[in-house]
Amino acid sequence: MLAEDASFTVTHVHPMRTLDGITLPHVLRFLRFVTLPGKKKMAARIHGGAGAGAATALSTFNPKKLVAPSRTNLPAARSSKRCIVAAAGSDASKSLRVGHSQKLIANAAVATKAETSATTGTGHELLLFEALQEGLEEEMDRDPRVCVMGEDVGHYGGSYKVTKGLADKFGDLRVLDTPICENAFTGMGIGAAMTGLRPVIEGMNMGFLLLAFNQISNNCGMLHYTSGGQFTIPVVIRGPGGVGRQLGAEHSQRLESYFQSIPGIQMVACSTPYNAKGLMKAAIRSENPVILFEHVLLYNLKEKIPDEEYICNLEEAEMVRPGEHITILTYSRMRYHVMQAAKTLVNKGYDPEVIDIRSLKPFDLYTIGNSVKKTHRVLIVEECMRTGGIGASLTAAINENFHDYLDAPVMCLSSQDVPTPYAGTLEEWTVVQPAQIVTAVEQLCQ
Amino acid sequence: MNNTCIWILAFEGFGREREALEETVLLRYEKSLTYLSFFLLQQHTTFFTLIRYCIFQITQKKKTFASFFSLLSKTKSTAEMALSRLSSRSTTLLQPFATTSLLRRRHISTDTTPITVETSLPFTSHLISPPSRAVETSSQELLSFFRDMALMRRMEIAADSLYKAKLIRGFCHLYDGQEAVAIGMEAAITKRDAIITSYRDHCTFLGRGGGLFEAFSELMGRTTGCSKGKGGSMHFYKKDASFYGGHGIVGAQAPLGCGLAFAQKYSKEEAVSFTLYGDGAANQGQLFEALNIAALWDLPAVLVCENNHYGMGTAEWRSAKSPAYFKRGDYVPGLKVDGMDALAVKQACKFAKEHALKNGPIILEMDTYRYHGHSMSDPGSTYRTRDEISGVRQVRDPIDRVRKLIIAHDIATEKELKDMEKEVRKEVDAAVAQAKESPIPEPSELFSNIYVKGFGAESFGADRKELRATLP
Repeated sequence: MLAEDASFTVTHVHPMRTLDGITLPHVLRFLRFVTLPGKKKMAARIHGGAGAGAATALSTFNPKKLVAPSRTNLPAARSSKRCIVAAAGSDASKSLRVGHSQKLIANAAVATKAETSATTGTGHELLLFEALQEGLEEEMDRDPRVCVMGEDVGHYGGSYKVTKGLADKFGDLRVLDTPICENAFTGMGIGAAMTGLRPVIEGMNMGFLLLAFNQISNNCGMLHYTSGGQFTIPVVIRGPGGVGRQLGAEHSQRLESYFQSIPGIQMVACSTPYNAKGLMKAAIRSENPVILFEHVLLYNLKEKIPDEEYICNLEEAEMVRPGEHITILTYSRMRYHVMQAAKTLVNKGYDPEVIDIRSLKPFDLYTIGNSVKKTHRVLIVEECMRTGGIGASLTAAINENFHDYLDAPVMCLSSQDVPTPYAGTLEEWTVVQPAQIVTAVEQLCQ
Repeated sequence: MNNTCIWILAFEGFGREREALEETVLLRYEKSLTYLSFFLLQQHTTFFTLIRYCIFQITQKKKTFASFFSLLSKTKSTAEMALSRLSSRSTTLLQPFATTSLLRRRHISTDTTPITVETSLPFTSHLISPPSRAVETSSQELLSFFRDMALMRRMEIAADSLYKAKLIRGFCHLYDGQEAVAIGMEAAITKRDAIITSYRDHCTFLGRGGGLFEAFSELMGRTTGCSKGKGGSMHFYKKDASFYGGHGIVGAQAPLGCGLAFAQKYSKEEAVSFTLYGDGAANQGQLFEALNIAALWDLPAVLVCENNHYGMGTAEWRSAKSPAYFKRGDYVPGLKVDGMDALAVKQACKFAKEHALKNGPIILEMDTYRYHGHSMSDPGSTYRTRDEISGVRQVRDPIDRVRKLIIAHDIATEKELKDMEKEVRKEVDAAVAQAKESPIPEPSELFSNIYVKGFGAESFGADRKELRATLP
């Protein structure tokens, strides 16, 4: 859904605008990153002159072409700003190795990751929807029981091109174009899963899955329990959700808040091509029903991911940027707003720790707890509504479990409790913007 | 041969010629009896049984013609009563001249030689030519029908009293009156074919091979239940017998059932799945959605509407503009079946299975009736009269129908069948007693089977302090 100009093979650096005025599309346009593929870790180098900094868009890096004319906003400008970003997306130890980070520039606004294990090979670069497709294709190759069903997933190739080419490769019985009946085809996927198939059910937009709520809640989530363990439902329900670009209220829903109470399901939200592919593969291999939340605006993110096979842990949070002063918990698209705000914060001298929680149900309280114990301040930035959203549950969980470690109340920045308006400016105001994040951090860190 | 029969039949009207005919028959019976018996073997109504019995009596010179006459002149039902009163002996089918002692107790026939029975009502069909009315069965099958249906009936009645004794709580939907559907279906299919139904699932579970003990334990919420006590009345499942439940939300099983059919097609299993739903669920949109997909993708799905004419408290004429549920598939062929006749159900299901394997989905409408209310909370008499219920019970009861068939074919006597029912009752009582002794689930069972493999996450009970569990 992003305009094509949001691809990131830009060959020159644009002059930087003031950070506050930059909106996400601009940010993405100007970012350039380079990845160093590590074993099972995403490594990225941030081009120093790239400007405002959500640290996730990636592109090829050619040091000879490095031009960084204006670095006025960056306090300690150096000629080579390289930071390694790695997602803790594996079963490696969760402790952060910061050995290498000592060499890194203090104002690096992206996650620092020590591990520069020998690069096994060059990774390959792709967009997020291609990463999803790769993950899906690999799993379908690996296990003949995996099938995809959804509207326009087959011959059309998927409305977001996630299933492009799969129908030609696997045939009509494995990539199924369904009529427009979410209730029925979700139920059918669940019924098929009861016998042992592993369907991947796509909702063209997460909001449409409200029509299948009964099937997801009662049959998907609860059947393993009410049958006393006889049936497992290894489905993956996936689709894009979230606030897009003026799509209107009904197509901008955040269903993670509605589904979070359903017992028996797992929910994950992907945010980068690396974790998109990893989570897709993990979700398909999981015996539990998993709902994979993608975001309409993130499909065209580019990143270099490893060639070799890898899986992300479904229940693990990702340490995006370690820090000392405050823990910022976020997921999906808000990660980028947070990283953008983090640039500003770093410039102002704060050291935020940014964690992409990824697993919305259950929460990775281990990683979150360790972070809270270190920083003693928590800010949650989410795209859900204020009332009853993921942030609300997370706030409750943190307060209950880590109350003694908190120096300040947990603050939660969420979208407004309004239907998403069509007008562009109004839509901007419904979701959390980086400026608000900066203000909130300043407030919390007083 | 036929003359003798005609004469006997004609006796009812004729008074004076009685004696003359009497002599003729007696003179000629020896020649014609053999033919007569065989001829009568083809006719399976009680009337002819009566005649055969009487002829037999005559051959044994136990009864005079006069008494034979008096039997004839009474109504059919009283004749049956007379027959049952008189008969404490059994007759051998193929040996009319047997002079074996009539007091010898014959073993109940477990013959598998085929008997052909005609269904009482013809099949009505939509877009397809109906199967024949002649059903092949055997005495073994008929007896198993009787026994299993008696078991189901007895189980439901026991569940009724357990509910009233507050040992079963919540919702309890009873299936008595509809047993023929479950039994007939089982007779036509294998355990590889899948069945999925709604919340009225106790008897379907039993039909699929579920045990009485598991059923009662589950109803009473004990660990030994088929879903470990965590499902309840509406969530009986038996995976190894391809019984997929047991679903509380009306109509939600329709897409699930088509999903089962999809999986069967995907895995090339040559099996079908039967999705049972009621006349109330027949108005659910998801049913038509699922039907559309099933027809589009040629899935081996048989959708069975158990039409008991009441959707909880609303009669079918008040909830459906078109109560011809078998026609509602529009492009999908349908068949309407007398759901109180186990043999008709068997024939229809066999036909449907063959159709579904070759041509895709088919709808069966089973015209059946439930004696209890919708559930135990529903008296069942506010929206229908007691006369209606007792009328159906007298005229169309499935167990009585099979009983009559069995007696008509001399597979067993009335007394033997009654003994069978007593055995069944004892079995059910024993299962209830055993289930009452079973343990209730442990508190840690609250958190098991939520996820397939847990991840060490902690979970808390309601008190937030005492009851903690690490999800296994």
